Amino acid sequence: MSKMNLNRRSFLRATALAGGGMMLGLYPKVAALAQPGRGAAPALAPNAFISIASNGIVTITAKNPETGQSARNMLPMMIAEELDVEWKDIKIVRADLDAKYGSQFSGGSTATPGNWEPMRQIGGAARHMLIAAAAQTWGVPEAECSTASGRVFHKASNRSLGYGELASKAATMPVPDLKSLKLKDPKDYKIIGKTTIGAETKDVVLGKPIFGIDVTVPGMLYATFQKCPVYGGKAVSANLDAIKAMKGVKHAFIVEGQPITGNFMTSDPGLEPGIAIVADSWWAAQSAREKLEVKWDEGKWATQNSVDIAKKADEISKQPAARTLRKDGDVEAVYKSGAKVVEGAYIYPFISHAPLEPQNCTAHFQDGKMEIWATSQTPQNGRGMVSRILGIPENNITIHLVRGGGGFGRRLNNDYMCEAAWISKTVGAPVKLLWTREDDMQHDYFRPGGFQYLKGAVDSNGKLVAWQDHFVGYGDGERFTASGNIDGGEFPARFVPNFLMQSSVMPLGLKTGALRAPRSNVYAWVFQSFIDELAHAAGKDPVQFRLDLLSSGTPGGMNAERMIGVVKLVAEKSGWGQRKLPKGTAMGIGFHFSHQGYFAQVAEVTVLANKKIKVNKVWSAGDIGSQIINPGAAENQTQGAVVDGMSELLQEISLKNGRVVQSNYHQHPMLKMSQTPPIEVHFIKSNNSPTGLGEPALPPILPAVCNAIFTATGERIRTLPITKQGFSFA
Amino acid sequence: MIQLTVNGKKQQFDGDPEMPLLWYLRDELQYTGTKFGCGMGLCGACTVHVNGKAVRSCQTPMSKAANQTITTIEGLSASANHPVQQAWRDHNVPQCGYCQSGQIMQAASLLKEKPKPTDADIDAAMKGNICRCGTYQRIRAAIHQAANGKQASNTKGGK
Repeated sequence: MSKMNLNRRSFLRATALAGGGMMLGLYPKVAALAQPGRGAAPALAPNAFISIASNGIVTITAKNPETGQSARNMLPMMIAEELDVEWKDIKIVRADLDAKYGSQFSGGSTATPGNWEPMRQIGGAARHMLIAAAAQTWGVPEAECSTASGRVFHKASNRSLGYGELASKAATMPVPDLKSLKLKDPKDYKIIGKTTIGAETKDVVLGKPIFGIDVTVPGMLYATFQKCPVYGGKAVSANLDAIKAMKGVKHAFIVEGQPITGNFMTSDPGLEPGIAIVADSWWAAQSAREKLEVKWDEGKWATQNSVDIAKKADEISKQPAARTLRKDGDVEAVYKSGAKVVEGAYIYPFISHAPLEPQNCTAHFQDGKMEIWATSQTPQNGRGMVSRILGIPENNITIHLVRGGGGFGRRLNNDYMCEAAWISKTVGAPVKLLWTREDDMQHDYFRPGGFQYLKGAVDSNGKLVAWQDHFVGYGDGERFTASGNIDGGEFPARFVPNFLMQSSVMPLGLKTGALRAPRSNVYAWVFQSFIDELAHAAGKDPVQFRLDLLSSGTPGGMNAERMIGVVKLVAEKSGWGQRKLPKGTAMGIGFHFSHQGYFAQVAEVTVLANKKIKVNKVWSAGDIGSQIINPGAAENQTQGAVVDGMSELLQEISLKNGRVVQSNYHQHPMLKMSQTPPIEVHFIKSNNSPTGLGEPALPPILPAVCNAIFTATGERIRTLPITKQGFSFA
Repeated sequence: MIQLTVNGKKQQFDGDPEMPLLWYLRDELQYTGTKFGCGMGLCGACTVHVNGKAVRSCQTPMSKAANQTITTIEGLSASANHPVQQAWRDHNVPQCGYCQSGQIMQAASLLKEKPKPTDADIDAAMKGNICRCGTYQRIRAAIHQAANGKQASNTKGGK
């Protein structure tokens, strides 16, 4: 999605800086941006990826939103490596949303694969031009010049010049052909592959105002926004006069909302209806909100109920599936052949993203122009929605990208941005909209729950010979709800001769969306738990059963060799089958391929009295290509993914009378420090282009823990959260 | 009129005595380092020191803050290098960073009471502080470093 092809969409150009120095900018090719429906092409403006001032200070612009994945470090690291400067001499500045930067997006673990080539090329091009400038100054061939630590050297004459001294002249040198540009041999890397401290770590530990919630604009008012507790409902009337009379309240009004453009399956429902209260402090607005008396038209979903949904799914599972997504061989023939058959219904709930910073946005409408400060992971989409809903041309909307206190996919949606913009335009003042935790948890784009009815068989040699999955999810006809889709290619398709993937859908009145490692975050639990059931049915060791399965594939999709590599590594590092474990203690494994990353994880678990679980240790092995660009950040991300996945074993969002039951962290828990095991992180550096990490490191931990619980207790967890079967973390 | 001291400065407040200290710090004094996460004392993002002890500011009405001495993350160290803050930087603890001022204030309070905490002490003291990104392993390592007064041998942290 954020892949930048430098030759097709954009080109590099150097310009001299006023007062000396150079700027190497990425310019969009206007034609590439002037696509139908995207609005007018922007004026040709440089993207200041690299500025080298005459005093030698190198400034690199970090273009992507930051919600904690270290993108703000990683992309500049790629540039700085090829530019050949010291990391300590780099200054990183944050980019606002601007077409000149190309795609500005954070999600899908795309930052690494999408930027690996172009960011290094930009750095390499600048270095090449600095060498050209030095060679011309000295009258020597470029080939005799070398660079190190921000200087060009001519060893033969023992001369050198700093990049700052060369910058103005370098700006006049031709930009090299990027295709033939020679980039560094990875063995010479000085920055890539070495841990760098987060660009904003110091600001974080000092409590500096860097987050969305910290934005302050002169004359700013504070807003709350009360939506109907039932999705799709709207306010008919409310005691607005009483609210407006309350201390500090400046405005209170009903927002009709922008009719939802698509249906419940869209991740962009426009502006939802609700009641805005604007006051001179957030506490005043929130206190007034607690006195709101609203008559709601709750709409068609007011009787929606999780218990009924589960009953309906069970009924559907007993009927022929609506659609067949893939069929190989004949599973029925296998079941009749005398093979050992296993069946299991896997059930998982909706869950909430619950980033620690509740959704918020500051907007300032003035003189026909909208200025927005937002933590969005998709600011371009947000601008489009604000433009459409408020009728403001896109080029009159400025969006400042502010650090987000966690994203996990929640900030892929821009509902809060539309609300803040609407409220600011209505009251004619800058407004900071801040949701409560309850707003955030109950008006999320939830990870879709679902039901998967599995059946499989192993032959007399213990080989997996049949796999069948009836996926019962949500949608309409052939469409699935957002991030609730499944396709026929899911593992173990292509690895089992008789394979049947079918689906049916039920209607749903709830917004759904992508949560970190969308689909994979729970499908891995389903598939890898059921593979474990089949391994035990076959009387095989769970690791060996998986290795056998991975060795029996046909080409397509994931690379089985890479997965075998991480499974073997995690088994070796964890001492799988090598250590004698006490009674009640066991190990479990899971693996999963997603977002181009290969991960296998092992959990060692002790089951205590009252089904209390202590996860003693976790081992993770990953293959995300030839380079781990920022190893400390990669380790941190992996450990965080494991903690996140363990939390998901505990979480549930359920519906009663159309309303979300859970409201805060006491009902939708996050793992605590005391529940967090040591997590050992290993990577295989394979001969593949580097890919992302934030998402693929998460899915395997859920089945790894549940498979360990089975081995320790004989009880198979087929329903999440694990508390449904009486388990919890000690 | 409520009088209190915040980060060494005397302050006066005559607004709603039921307003949580959190909003006074954030929206009136602009000490925005103290964060709002749950509003129910469940996450610890709003942790400040009241008379040197870690307290959830979202659960502390202004009436209870009267005549107290409040310290926020901005006031933890005059030279911005409290041993806990330094350890957090050495271990490159934060991911999103949103919970970290609360974590740091909680850890600083722990170290004041128990200069050499065990892992069990750390678990007990930090149990009310959620890190949604899951940086707990590094938080633990950083607390041990701050207690031992040593620099981390590298910036990898965690292990």
